[in-house]
Amino acid sequence: MNEIPAKAPQGHIEVTNFSLSYDSIEGPVQAVTDTQIHVKPGEFVSIVGPSGCGKSTLLNAVAGFLKPTTGIVTVDGERVSGPSAERGMVFQQYSLFPWKTVRENVEFGLKMRGMPRSQRERAARTLLGLAGLEAFEKHYPEKLSGGMKQRVGIVRALATGPKVLLLDEPFGALDAQTRVIMQQILTNMWQRLKISVLFVTHDIDEAIFLSDRVYCMTARPGSIKAEVPIPLERPRQQSMMMSSEFLALRRGLMSLIREESLKAMGGEISDLGMRGLDIELHGQSLAEVL
Amino acid sequence: MSSSAILRQPEDSMPATAIAAAGPEPIARPPSFGTLALRWYRLNRSGLRAIAIGVTSLLAFLLVWHLLTTYRVVFFVRFTNVPSPLAVYASFTKAIHDPKFLLHIVLSCRRILIGFSLAAIIGVPLGLIMGRFKLIHEIIFPVAEVLRPIPAIAWVPMAIMLWPTNEQSIVFITFLGSFFPILVNTLHGMTLVDPVLVRAAQCLGARERSIFREVYFPASLPHIFTGLTVGMGVAWVSLIAAEMISGQYGIGYFTWEAYSLVQYADIALGMIAIGVLGLGSSLLIRGAGQLVMPWRAK
Repeated sequence: MNEIPAKAPQGHIEVTNFSLSYDSIEGPVQAVTDTQIHVKPGEFVSIVGPSGCGKSTLLNAVAGFLKPTTGIVTVDGERVSGPSAERGMVFQQYSLFPWKTVRENVEFGLKMRGMPRSQRERAARTLLGLAGLEAFEKHYPEKLSGGMKQRVGIVRALATGPKVLLLDEPFGALDAQTRVIMQQILTNMWQRLKISVLFVTHDIDEAIFLSDRVYCMTARPGSIKAEVPIPLERPRQQSMMMSSEFLALRRGLMSLIREESLKAMGGEISDLGMRGLDIELHGQSLAEVL
Repeated sequence: MSSSAILRQPEDSMPATAIAAAGPEPIARPPSFGTLALRWYRLNRSGLRAIAIGVTSLLAFLLVWHLLTTYRVVFFVRFTNVPSPLAVYASFTKAIHDPKFLLHIVLSCRRILIGFSLAAIIGVPLGLIMGRFKLIHEIIFPVAEVLRPIPAIAWVPMAIMLWPTNEQSIVFITFLGSFFPILVNTLHGMTLVDPVLVRAAQCLGARERSIFREVYFPASLPHIFTGLTVGMGVAWVSLIAAEMISGQYGIGYFTWEAYSLVQYADIALGMIAIGVLGLGSSLLIRGAGQLVMPWRAK
């Protein structure tokens, strides 16, 4: 880890009075409304919510790809006005450059910064070594497994030493076994680099296992429904997922999301609440319930 | 399917026995020449098969041609005056020592080289820029769409008026033929660039110029090469047509002249030369594509 200089903790994300809407033929559509979130320096924060709730929209606004309709996004007090290497991003679809080798992918950010070739090659090798990928530096991404691709994706995002790391359902396309390993790798890297992480997922177990704090979003238009601190001690083990503490957190978040998912499926269903869901679970469709 | 399964069976059983025999031996010995040859054969079987069938089919084509011309078959089409393969071979051996024939070929190749290169040098960057900047696309696209369906050969009279020399007008026709396939395919490649890759580059600190060079261009390369391959084919079509109409030299002119001079064997020789040159030039482009896009190597 000598290659990466130790920095004073930074990467304070602040999202205030945030809303985002886009135009459609039926008029403006509210995607996210009245949202405040923050990530303290070095903190690991997840956002969970029903699908389509705008959690990725929120993340893309922090990355600088989307402009908020109202409100502001700041990192360390500086207003976010566009994408920058200060905010590394990891995508669900890996989004590695197919025409670059693994090492060239990792080098990309350093190349953009104008670092000389030999220097960035050395830096990329060190980082790939940490991720256990040194043997694959000359491979093209196409030849790698999903888990390996995403490790390259994470290493690439970290290579420029960003203040914050943004991850948009990064392990969503991976099988359960690989996902557990990737969670461990991400946790290790986060703890070593002391970087702030904002992590979007729909997997509640994943959010609890990884995070210091979890934001739960409402159905569209998305806003923050609840903020749940995760007091589980670190380092966390896989076995913790069976502990009563973990299960209690899981139950709590589950019911929050369940309410919102039902709401997202249609206004009337939400009136039925839990009862509607129980009946559905016993093999009847929601349409029949209605 | 069933016949190939039967064919495969005895070969598959062979290495199985070899493994069984080598099983108890604790030290790994380098494989014998026979084993290596067998492995090489098994790995390259489908390629060898394609070559064998290809050669056979070419030979069969020659045989049918030979029979049709020897017996002067008349069955809707008339083979009475069509030269036999042997006659064409005889005129080939004569032509290969004839500097004039070689000059025809060299001049055709030069026209292709100039016309096609110009089309690539203008078409690829224009397609890239049109794909990136909406305004330029909106200005140029309608004009291109109107000109594109006009076959290069229809440009011959206009080209003769436009350019002071015959040579220039033929090169211009060749250029036009290859220009539009190159432009359209490059543009198509640009529209298919994955926007997530652009975003990935942006949040790694890439600016407009770098994104163009590091993302848009390499992402479009497969389609650019499709355009170059198609463009090369159309370049030859246009060149031959132009040479037949307005040339004094070139392999297209040679073929047409042979008809006027009633040298029937030379007609076929000219046609075969065009075929071989066309094949050679598209192989060159394919080779260049593999060099430029190593990540697409299978």
